[in-house]
Amino acid sequence: MPWNLDSDKPIFIQIVERIESDIVSGKYAPGDKLPTVRDLAVEAAVNPNTMQKAYGELEKIGLVYSQRTSGRFVTDDKSLIEKTRKELAKRSAAEFLAKMKELGISKEEAVKLL
Amino acid sequence: MSTLVECKSLSHSYGKKKALDDINLTICSGRIVGLFGPNGSGKTTLIKKLTGMIHDESGSIVICGNPVGERSKALVSYSPDRVVFNAGSKVSDLLDMYELMYEDFDRVCAEENLKKLNIEKEEYVGKLSKGNAEKIQILLTMSRKSALFILDEPFNGVDPVAKESIIKIMLGCVPEDSSLLISTHQIRDVEQVLDEAVFIKEGKILFHRSVEEIRSETGRSLSETYMEEFR
Repeated sequence: MPWNLDSDKPIFIQIVERIESDIVSGKYAPGDKLPTVRDLAVEAAVNPNTMQKAYGELEKIGLVYSQRTSGRFVTDDKSLIEKTRKELAKRSAAEFLAKMKELGISKEEAVKLL
Repeated sequence: MSTLVECKSLSHSYGKKKALDDINLTICSGRIVGLFGPNGSGKTTLIKKLTGMIHDESGSIVICGNPVGERSKALVSYSPDRVVFNAGSKVSDLLDMYELMYEDFDRVCAEENLKKLNIEKEEYVGKLSKGNAEKIQILLTMSRKSALFILDEPFNGVDPVAKESIIKIMLGCVPEDSSLLISTHQIRDVEQVLDEAVFIKEGKILFHRSVEEIRSETGRSLSETYMEEFR
């Protein structure tokens, strides 16, 4: 299935977030081999250069590492994965609060809703 | 990333009507480029020039260092805007024909992709659905090891599922250093696969930009940008 992405936001960022979330959720376990750029670009139906750039960013963050001949792998560093989980959760919480603010609901009221 | 196509001061007229008016366009290798514009804006004329179907009136086109001619034609794989195969041919006849016509045709890859699409080699072209006929044409076009692929309206009259498989054929087949030029009105269907977009209006290039740049700088999708430019 092509990934459901917003065409009005940079695709690169959305791909990074999607793979981060796939690593955090365990779809890709620590040490797992990741699909090639081409295979994942075809699966997601996105531009291969954008996919390449997203993998590059994940390598920079350290969530992914590449081995010259055998491909790309998810990090074994569980504390980094844990840290990413917290960051993703924080981002979602901030988005939720921003949406509540738009609706005219205060932080305290929003917390009560939860 | 090197220059793959370079058009300089390209013009073309049909009688008094200027179809292309001083076009300058560079396409680098390894890029997927969308060509967009209203009917009659000059898209097909530009494609005909790139494929050498109509000849220079003024200006020049260079493809991988070759002016348009026999050598450049051998580097370009092109799918016209309608299915061109004879209804009485079998799919296997088309494979034979491509193998005979093009040295760079990768038959093994073409047959693997046919299997993935569940299309029988013994089927007659005339019996295929429109979507399947279009898929085969794109598949054959994309199964060459060309430097430049040009697809003119690859989604003409095909359903959403067929569109998805056409996009996957495109992405799966294009060699890393080759480029792909797609001319279509179906912007929404291709905007996530493009590196760059070229808008053409009344024979002139209106803009040529990175699609990711448009998204990050304007917060708009390519289809919204198109609507604003041409509405």
